[in-house]
This record gives sequence, structure tokens and C-alpha cells, in this order.
Amino acid sequence: MSVYINQDTKVIVQGITGSTALFHTKQMLDYGTKIVGGVTPGKGGTEVEGVPVFNTVEDAVKETGANASVIYVPAPFAADAIMEATDAELDLAICITEHIPVIDMVKVKRYMEGKKTRLVGPNCPGVITPEQCKIGIMPGYIHKKGHVGVVSRSGTLTYEAVHQLSESGIGQSTAVGIGGDPVNGTDFIDVLDAFNQDDDTEAVIMIGEIGGTAEEEAAEWVKANMKKPVVGFIGGRTAPPGKRMGHAGAIISGGKGTADEKIRVMNECGIKVAETPSVMGETLIEVLKDNNLFDKCKTH
Amino acid sequence: MNIHEYQGKEILRDFGVSVPNGLVAYTVNEAVEAAEKLGSDVTVVKAQIHAGGRGKAGGVKIAKNLDDVRTYANEILGKTLVTHQTGPEGKEVKRLLIEEGCDIKSEYYVGLVLDRATSRVTMMASEEGGTEIEEVAEKTPEKIFKEVIDPVVGLTPFQARRLAFNINIPKESVGKAAKFMLGLYKVFVEKDCSIAEINPLVTTGDGGVMALDAKLNFDDNAMYRQKDVMELRDLDEEDPKEVEASKYDLSYIALDGNIGCMVNGAGLAMATMDTIKHYGGDPANFLDVGGGATTEKVTEAFKIILSDEQVKGIFVNIFGGIMKCDVIAEGVVEATKQIGLTLPLVVRLEGTNVEKGKQILDESGLNITSADSMADGAQKIVELVK
Repeated sequence: MSVYINQDTKVIVQGITGSTALFHTKQMLDYGTKIVGGVTPGKGGTEVEGVPVFNTVEDAVKETGANASVIYVPAPFAADAIMEATDAELDLAICITEHIPVIDMVKVKRYMEGKKTRLVGPNCPGVITPEQCKIGIMPGYIHKKGHVGVVSRSGTLTYEAVHQLSESGIGQSTAVGIGGDPVNGTDFIDVLDAFNQDDDTEAVIMIGEIGGTAEEEAAEWVKANMKKPVVGFIGGRTAPPGKRMGHAGAIISGGKGTADEKIRVMNECGIKVAETPSVMGETLIEVLKDNNLFDKCKTH
Repeated sequence: MNIHEYQGKEILRDFGVSVPNGLVAYTVNEAVEAAEKLGSDVTVVKAQIHAGGRGKAGGVKIAKNLDDVRTYANEILGKTLVTHQTGPEGKEVKRLLIEEGCDIKSEYYVGLVLDRATSRVTMMASEEGGTEIEEVAEKTPEKIFKEVIDPVVGLTPFQARRLAFNINIPKESVGKAAKFMLGLYKVFVEKDCSIAEINPLVTTGDGGVMALDAKLNFDDNAMYRQKDVMELRDLDEEDPKEVEASKYDLSYIALDGNIGCMVNGAGLAMATMDTIKHYGGDPANFLDVGGGATTEKVTEAFKIILSDEQVKGIFVNIFGGIMKCDVIAEGVVEATKQIGLTLPLVVRLEGTNVEKGKQILDESGLNITSADSMADGAQKIVELVK
């Protein structure tokens, strides 16, 4: 098993004819992801990278039986693309696009209420179940199949954690980037809950950053519900207050959202937090050993 | 993005949200002319800088006649105000708001923010006007009332009235207060604000309700559709390096240290700063080159880092995903050639097209220290700038 995606996931690419989307469509195909179609309004009936292009998500789903979508549509049109995926009743929509106006996302979240589609992102690297399915922009080669779940607000920090794990012989069940925007779809608790129920996942690494209180809420949830060990890292200990650190959601405002406060709550809730990003892997390995899970998680 | 109080009030006025009459002045003579035009008994002279706490720092004065206006304008224009939000270096006042005084009965707080927990816009109100809302939240949280807003219907009149009654606005003014709040919400949504804060909102002797101060911040991601708001940007209020970076869609924030950082991804950029600090160094900046960086962008990023005279060395930390390592490598080589870089440079590359990237750096013949990991790179650059 795995979380959200596996070898049977059939994916369409929204905005497939853009240059970034084309590059990553090729990367995903090379990885073995079942890309069954693409959508670019006005380019229906054509083909790119051997993949048929449709005018609407509805057409693409009807023709291909896709159950997931990855969105590379430019920011001014991305909110609409998410809603189109939702309307087509896909199980999963992963939005890579960054810089979507926040008021657009507020409307999107409202639109999605009560509908079946799960949104991951926006402003995220995507989701990967190693050696089965890669949806997004992450470099595939650093991932190894295994039993550690990864969930993160930051793309590049996810790669960093995965790289450290793979180098130490620890494979991953699924890695989920939930994105760095203040309004996003899937949150830490959703992913932790999924990992908790996933037979293939033995432990979880959770990577947060300054801004908001999602990490604190997730830590409380872990304390109350999680049956598997969780380790963490929080980026931005040295970030000055009042400045937006790249991600729209990464800002300390009114004394709230500091790294120290998040780390304090996580520690209190039994989550061991890595001192620096370079020891995320080591910290996890220590915890695996403490829980007699190391041998099980040592995959290569 | 931030704008000045007088600009915020002009936007409010356009949306029918009541504010006192006022005019902007760049010189003492303009200030006096403005006061003459307003013709009110009492005139307020207010320093316009992008920071709160202006009153306490001596940036707001009440003038009883035109001579007073001249005296105060003379005093405040060109003065460097130091408030709790400007940092110790303060900010020079280059613009004044000349505003008619009003007969204040009571002061309140009204603000709109995005509530991340509910993914909704939320209006907050309090009868503790004039104090910072963070302080009220800490000391007397029971005095803050909130209404979570459904984006489909917007702020509803009953929600606005409930807030007005909850913060004890006199009942004869509740209708006006509710109208004010509904207008403020309209501004927030239609102008893509990230914060709209009215502190204080006042009731006046004749039962009126108006914004005595106005703080509007905007969502940078939405500025492509808010051209008129973009025109209100005051570059004097921003760090020149941050202004330069924004031209190239680079996310740059100046810090106090001496190690320049160039990183892809906001999370990794923060983590890189944290790691440098952990090994005893001090980062000079946060810089995320983003996912779509080109060789040109990387070159510009280098120039911006180097325009900071405190920088004694540079650490490039790249984990390519959407960003390809060879693009970064080409940018690094191009920039070092163009600028004639003499400072120590440590580069760590990993991810998409890493081999191509490393090859470009190796074949460049430039003096670049390569690092195997973030920790290795941080240690090396900290050592090199000692």
C-alpha cells in the first residue's frame, strides 16, 4: 500500500503544453507514471510526448478514465483549473503552481467543500510513491521504495530529507508536499492520518516552517492519535519577524508562528525535532532504532 | 506590498468608506496650502512612513491655525522617525498627510485578515481602539470579537451589526458602523488586500463613524490584476536590494550577516540560513531564486548579493527539482565572469541535472569550492569568511 497514489493512478496534466509542464511530463513518463492525457484549452486533438491533449478536463476524464490531475497552469488561471478538476470528480488534484492570489484560494476551498476531490498544494512539489508513481516536480532518482512517510510544507526541504534517508538506506512509502501557501488543500493532519492507516508506513518525518499554527495543531493530533513514531524539522529559526520568507505562508506576525514555539509544542507532543536540516535523516534513524523499527525500515 | 495611510484612505473613500478629508503634501508650502483648502478649525499633520507607532515618535501633531501647520510641517518633514516598527535606523519622512481634525467620541478597532485555520477572511473588532491588537489579544482576549466570512455571500449585514453591538458602539451609530464594515470588506476583496486594519475607528460627536487611521497591505501574488495599487508603491520605503530583486522575481530579504546565500526554494533558503547560524556564521540575506530561474536571473541574484558591502563570501545551495542544476551552474559561471568575483564561493548542487551542473562548474576553471551537503557547505563558507 501507499498514500494517495500508486502504480494504478492514471494522471492527466493540466496546462500540459507549457514549457515547465512539458519538461516534467517527460520526467514523470520516464519515471513510469501513467500519464494518460493532458489538457490545454484550444489544443484538443493534438498530442505531446505521445500523450493526447484535450480541451477540457471533463473530456480528458471521459476518454482516458483518469483519476488524478497535476496542475501546471499559470497562477492567474490556476484557481479555475483546480475547480475544473474538482468538477470532473477526480480523486486527486495536485497543484504545483505558485503565486496564486490568496483570495482565489479562499474561493476554491469553499467551492471544494462537500466534493470528492482531494487537493494537494498549491505551491507544492507534488506527491511521489517511489518506484510506482511520481506526480509533480521532484527529482525522481533520490527516492527509494520503503516504509518512511514524508510530509512537508517545503519542496526543496522534502528533497533534502528524502536524499538523506535514501543515502542511509531508508526508503520511503510516500512523500507528500503540502505546499507553502497560507491556504492549501491537504494539511499535515490529513497526511499524518493517512500514514497512520497505511500498512506500508512505519514512521513519519514531518517538515514545517515558520508562519501559522499548522505544525502545533498537527503535533497535538499526533499526541492524541498517532500510533507510529514521528520526527520533525522546522525551517526559519533565524528568520526575522514581519518578513515574508519566500513562501506566502512563511511569516512571523504579531509574535505568532515562530520556529521556537513550534519546536516547543512538537517536543511536548513526543515529536523529536532535528536540530539542523542536515540531521533530519540521522534523527529519524535514532528514533527508528529506539522503536526497534530500524531493521524493518532498512531497505537497501 | 504596503502603501501610505493617505493612499489607503483614498481607496477607502473611493469605496464609500468614511474617512476625514485630507490632502497629501511633499513640502511645507504644500502643507499650508492643503490646510487652507481644508479650512477646518483643527488640522492634523501626520508623517507618512510605512510603519506604525508614528504618534509616539512625534510624527503626528494637532495644529490650531496655519502657523502651527507651517511649524509642524517644517519640524516633521525630513525628520527621521524611530518607532518600534522602523528598526533603530528609523525612516525619513518625505510626505505628510494634512487632515481635518474631528470630534472624537470613542475609539475602536476593526480589522480584516485571512484566518489560516479556517481558510476564510475574518473580521475582528474591539472596543480597545488605539492599542495594538496583538496587545489586546494577549491581555484581554475576551474583548476581541470575530466574524468568519463566507466568500460566496461576503460579510453579511447581520454579522457587521453583531460586531458593532458587541464592541458597544452607541446604538444610534450602529447602522453607520455596519455600513463602514461592509465597505471595508468590499475593499479587502476587490483590492486583494492581505491586511486591512482601521485602528482607531472612531465615533464622532455628531454620531458619525470614520477611519482615523488606515493600514492596507496587499497580496503580492495578486498585483498583476491591481495595476492602480501597484502605482502607489513607494520605493523610498523599501530596501533598494529588495526592490532590485523584485524586478527579476527573486525573493530577497536583507539580513545583518556577512555570508551571502543563494538557494532555490523558500524552505531550503530558510534552512540554509539556520545551518550557517548553527555553525557560527551569520547570513547576509535570504534569497530564493525560485523554480523558473534563468541564467540571467541567477546573474542578477549574484549582483544583488554582491551589492551588499558586508558580504565576505557566498554560499550557493541548490537542490534541483523544477530548477535544473545546469541552469544554476551556467548562471554562477556567467555571473562570476561578468562581475569578476574575488570573494570565496562555495557551491553545493544536488537534484535535477546535477551531473551536467557539476561538469559546467568543473570546466569553468573558476575558483569554486564545492560541497557535498548543506552542512558541509555551511561549514566551509563559515571557515572561509573568518
